[in-house]
Amino acid sequence: MSDTNIEKKGYAFSKEGMNRLKEMMKDYPSSDALLLPALYIAQEEFGHLDTEALQYVADVLKVPKSKVYGVATYYTMYKTKPTGKHLIQVCTNLSCSLLGADHIVKYLENKLTIKVGETTPDKKFTLITVECLGSCGTAPMMQVNDTYYENLTEKEIDRILEELK
Amino acid sequence: MVALYQGRRRSRAPTWYFNMNNILLKNINKPNSTDIETYLKGGGYKSLEKALKEYTPKDVIDIVQKSGLRGRGGAGFPTGKKWEFAAADKNTPRYLLCNADEGEPGTYKDRPIIEKDPHQLIEGIIISGYAIGAAACYIYIRGEYAYGADVLRRAIAQAYKKGFLGKKILGKKFDFDLYVHKGAGAYVCGEETALIESLEGKRGQSRIKPPFPVNVGVWNKPTVINNVETLANISHIINNGPDWFKTMGPEKCPGPKIYSISGHVNKPGNYELIMGTPLKDLIYKYGGGIRNGRNLKAVIPGGASTPVLKPEQIDVNMDYESVGAVGSMLGSGAVMVMDETVCMVGVARRLLKFFAHESCGKCSPCREGTHWLVQILDRIVSNEGKIEDIDLMLDICDNMRGKTFCPLGDGAINPVLSTIKHFKDEYLIHIEEKRCPVGYRHSEHCL
Ligand SMILES: Cc1cc2nc3c(=O)[nH]c(=O)nc-3n(C[C@H](O)[C@H](O)[C@H](O)COP(=O)(O)O)c2cc1C
Ligand code: SF4
Ligand code: FES
Repeated sequence: MSDTNIEKKGYAFSKEGMNRLKEMMKDYPSSDALLLPALYIAQEEFGHLDTEALQYVADVLKVPKSKVYGVATYYTMYKTKPTGKHLIQVCTNLSCSLLGADHIVKYLENKLTIKVGETTPDKKFTLITVECLGSCGTAPMMQVNDTYYENLTEKEIDRILEELK
Repeated sequence: MVALYQGRRRSRAPTWYFNMNNILLKNINKPNSTDIETYLKGGGYKSLEKALKEYTPKDVIDIVQKSGLRGRGGAGFPTGKKWEFAAADKNTPRYLLCNADEGEPGTYKDRPIIEKDPHQLIEGIIISGYAIGAAACYIYIRGEYAYGADVLRRAIAQAYKKGFLGKKILGKKFDFDLYVHKGAGAYVCGEETALIESLEGKRGQSRIKPPFPVNVGVWNKPTVINNVETLANISHIINNGPDWFKTMGPEKCPGPKIYSISGHVNKPGNYELIMGTPLKDLIYKYGGGIRNGRNLKAVIPGGASTPVLKPEQIDVNMDYESVGAVGSMLGSGAVMVMDETVCMVGVARRLLKFFAHESCGKCSPCREGTHWLVQILDRIVSNEGKIEDIDLMLDICDNMRGKTFCPLGDGAINPVLSTIKHFKDEYLIHIEEKRCPVGYRHSEHCL
């Protein structure tokens, strides 16, 4: 495995990110447990987790890159490909589907003129569908980055997209 | 320092929880309900004091055993028994893990506790840690609950400041730490051994049991894993005694219970009631009946992995034994209600897509079986199924049942088996008449 890639992109945690990681080291009896938190920090700071970013995390934690890669690709919240500034995640599991999640997806596709899985040309929005987010009583719902938006209607979506622009 | 409140929740329906029993949800409508001062004013952390000053760890285990509390995460294992097993293991340090992964579709009952009353959970965790002699607890919270994780972190910091966490808690020889650990989007990590793997920084794939986590858990140490709602009960049991707890609901599984109601009801939401509340009341009395004056077609009583019930079967009390007697399971108590516009083949297909997506891939019956079932269901909802497909699916389910490492595989077959059992006519119409029996499309794939 070559380190040259790292230099190419110059990935490195910010001082604050590195401190957070160091702080967390005290919380676990084994530093292996830091892999998920470290990937979160990497994703926050680098935008998404490409192979160089994964190599960087492997180097920082001194674990094999294969392990880092295996973990990063296992969990859906780690993005190995770039996404738009706002990641729109519509729940389409049963309770949401019963109350029109499919319609919400279609409405967003039309409004953003992209399909599920795509990013708008201005890189502002990526639209994906996800499994149950624990908001089934306030369905239909979506999550945009970290924020939950519940009881969605077309009007509500218009308002949210306007606000996010 | 981690920025607080990065995640937010926005909802136009602030009343997605209904406090009708006044125990687990009693604090949530208070202003600043997440603040430790509010909690203290309401008598908070009194039961921690009582436990540490009046009881030995063994006393606490005995009290919880006597209360009859059973786990609220789905399996219903007696909490006191689990603690006893772990406490009996001389290997140290021991660990407590709070399962806040809440991923079972239909379930959102732990969320109000986490987001609105974190100290109730934290107090329960500290008492539980004392009982089993744990050195620390990790709250494993699903990554999407970023807001909840921030609320918990802030509350934990407050509890440290007040001396309820850390070294020599309340002047006793009891040191205990509490951390929040975020998952990253994998339903199976709610399964206790997968959760352990994930916390250890690996792909969250289930371990085969035995050995059980009470003996060989996280970092190979004795480990107790309890659900958020289970742990939220503890301070109340210590405060009011086991006999008080047993006055609520059936003898075999007493106590308060939060039911998450969703789907085609007029008033979906989290309802705190007692164990054994009739399912019919949840749908009609509390949930306000079926939307748009339609008729009820089917109910899933305990989250996506529990078998579907027909309207004729809803005269049942929501406790483990009673729901089991009608062929389903209490699970997490997440009631998903479907009206007459719903195609049950579509429901089975949608849920199997979920299980196929979430299968960790460690054992082949679940990894392959879930995908085969999706392919067959895909073809049936597209009106391209064959009559043999029904037997083929039953055969696949048979080859999964009891033959998988973890219960995900067993749960995955339930939507298929129960819809074939109760709604076979709908499969037949899709296959023989090549049309959807209801024709009302909730989505492109009949759902
Ligand atoms: C696939 C799968 C997912 C699960 N998800 C959760 C979950 O999200 N939260 C939870 O508390 N228990 C979940 N469980 C149950 C746990 O394995 C475990 O039984 C529970 O956390 C024990 O706590 P309790 O005894 O307090 O219920 C799940 C089980 C399986 C098989
Ligand atoms: S049953 Fe499924 S989820 Fe469980 S271990 Fe096997 S493959 Fe993984
Ligand atoms: S089904 Fe959509 S949030 Fe649960």
